[in-house]
Amino acid sequence: MAFGPFLLLALMEGLVTAAVLALAASGLSLLFGVMRVVNVAHGAFFMLGAVLAWAVDSVVPAPPALAFLAALVIAPLLVASLAAVADGLILKRLNYDPEATIVATIGLLYMIQQATLALYGPNANPVTAPFELRLQFPWFGYSGYKLFVVVAAALVLLALWAFMTRTKAGLIMRATQVDRTMARAFGINVDRVYMGTFALGAALAALAGVLIVPIQQAHYLMGGDPLLLSFIVVIIGGLGSLRGTIVAALIIGLSDGVISMFFSPTLAKIIATLLVAMVLVFRPQGLFGAKA
Amino acid sequence: MTKTTFNPTRRGLLMAGGAGLLTAALPSYVAAQGAPIKIGFQLHRTGIGASYGRWYERTAQAALKLINDGGGINGRPVEILFDDDATDPARGAEVVDKLTQSDGCEVVMGTLFSHVVIGSAPRAAELKVPYLVCSEGYHVASGMLNRWTLQPGITDVRSQISAMAPWVSANLGKKVAMIFPDFAFGYDHRDFFTAAMVAQGGEVIAQIAVPPTETSFTKYFAQIPAETEVLYHVMVGPGVLTFVKELGEFYGSGAKPQMFGFIDSLEAVDTATPGLEFLEGTHFWEAHNRVKPADAGEHEAAYRAAVGVDDNGASVSDAADVATYSHMFSTWETLFAIKAGMEASGYAGPADRQKFVEAMEAMTDMPYGIERPQGAKVFNGKTHQVFGSQNISQVQGGKLVRVHQTLMEDGAYPDAVDYTTMSF
Repeated sequence: MAFGPFLLLALMEGLVTAAVLALAASGLSLLFGVMRVVNVAHGAFFMLGAVLAWAVDSVVPAPPALAFLAALVIAPLLVASLAAVADGLILKRLNYDPEATIVATIGLLYMIQQATLALYGPNANPVTAPFELRLQFPWFGYSGYKLFVVVAAALVLLALWAFMTRTKAGLIMRATQVDRTMARAFGINVDRVYMGTFALGAALAALAGVLIVPIQQAHYLMGGDPLLLSFIVVIIGGLGSLRGTIVAALIIGLSDGVISMFFSPTLAKIIATLLVAMVLVFRPQGLFGAKA
Repeated sequence: MTKTTFNPTRRGLLMAGGAGLLTAALPSYVAAQGAPIKIGFQLHRTGIGASYGRWYERTAQAALKLINDGGGINGRPVEILFDDDATDPARGAEVVDKLTQSDGCEVVMGTLFSHVVIGSAPRAAELKVPYLVCSEGYHVASGMLNRWTLQPGITDVRSQISAMAPWVSANLGKKVAMIFPDFAFGYDHRDFFTAAMVAQGGEVIAQIAVPPTETSFTKYFAQIPAETEVLYHVMVGPGVLTFVKELGEFYGSGAKPQMFGFIDSLEAVDTATPGLEFLEGTHFWEAHNRVKPADAGEHEAAYRAAVGVDDNGASVSDAADVATYSHMFSTWETLFAIKAGMEASGYAGPADRQKFVEAMEAMTDMPYGIERPQGAKVFNGKTHQVFGSQNISQVQGGKLVRVHQTLMEDGAYPDAVDYTTMSF
């Protein structure tokens, strides 16, 4: 393939990676920003979104497009409620202590993974894409649905940004992020903010899972890679910064696409991990993070 | 608040320790005449090999029923103890250990993925327990493993490839790009197919390795050179459906090379799945034809009925549950090979394990029969590897149709090891 088309394909693949990463990592970043909780179970929420999308898809007797729309609503809601329950039952009781919550969310990760294995089974199951569209370029074909994922992720992130900056709930979340004690003094129910934030973060991960499942298939181990990459993205972008997360997702996604294609996917992973190490050494707060 | 602490007395500790030692010293099993022969089965019940594990278990159960209905082995009933290795090498070695030491199994059989086999075989040798694998890899015949590890149920990759490369180069093209999984099994494909093509006057112009846990494949397809005449693909893991779907999207309605795939890329996947229309006319290796050929052997129908597979290679109870048909026969044939080995050695208990391995090594001709539904085979006792014939199928009307069958001698290669000279 000539250089031009090669680059085009690399950029498109990178954009899809970046879109899904931005969605998953923004949830992780939100949790850390507002609650100071490092959520290791984030990949499990992503996986749960995909598996629930499969469940909805196989239960709803509707055409693929409608079933997929239903999954887009139902799966994140279910995952958000599970997260809210987990917050009330576990994290709140640990007083959101940073070290304890890491261990607790590791436990949560295994519980969700094993429960999925027990109930859903070890097999990978496909979910029909809401529409079948193949773009045929002169040099290669490309799935139209993949480009839809990019658009959908951009819209969701835009909505998240509007929510955080333009609504009262967003204002309350930001206030809690800046100063938890002061927020409480102003009559904000911090416990409820935390529960809501944890649910919202999990819902974003689940949404990313639903969007990716027609491309990948639902499998109980699929949460591992997104978790690792999401951590890479939030560390580079700066924990707690939505803007940083999106910029970092674009950097990681596009470089992954281009390096994978022109060199090798393994090299892309090596460079991403190296980048994290460099950021941690030279700019520990991340590209856009506030100094701690 | 009061705190209770663990405050043991010296006597208590001594008694507990003594009790522990006594328990450990108890024999883990008591072999008795007429007691069942226990066979351990290391199974990919979970992890990336789960679709194989599901069918391996069903096939082994079906073979077990047939053996027990026929009077068992040496007059004793047979029992299989399945244990999940999670398709993980470390866990695999633990499973061999547990099946042998705690469960009292006489031999351990089963698993497919080469990294699990390579990770488990050393433990089997340490325990001096026969370890009969169904893994296809060349690691048995290459001499990499040990005297206790045998592969009597499925031909290895090197032989499969040597048998088929001449057909590929004569019928499909000379310039080949290869896509294979990035671990031992894939390297067997890479090394031996490349060598076999060179021997045929062909050339492998690209070798693209993909990690078996990969979930997105388009980025690898971009590395296929434009001048490729034949795309040789073999993929494993839960992502195989995504792999073939993305391959279809990548080529779309544009020009595409000839394709020759190992059925691994499609095991447990329905060839009629939407998005796979591009496979029409492409070729696949199959050890055992998924779609029952018109001229199938006389035992084919009985085998399919026993394992619960219809003529299209799907479960009789669920047409969407497609079998790993080209691999699962190996567990059936291995179980019958164990039966033959135990009968030949007069196997009575763990003390006869060495005699059992020697009896296996003495085997040569393994004729076609209900014990070997895939076909006749020849066992090489020196390399611990069995050899049989292979099939090349073409997708016609969405179904795999056999177009060529190799001869057993097509897959012959010189011995690389003589395990019989090694100590036990």
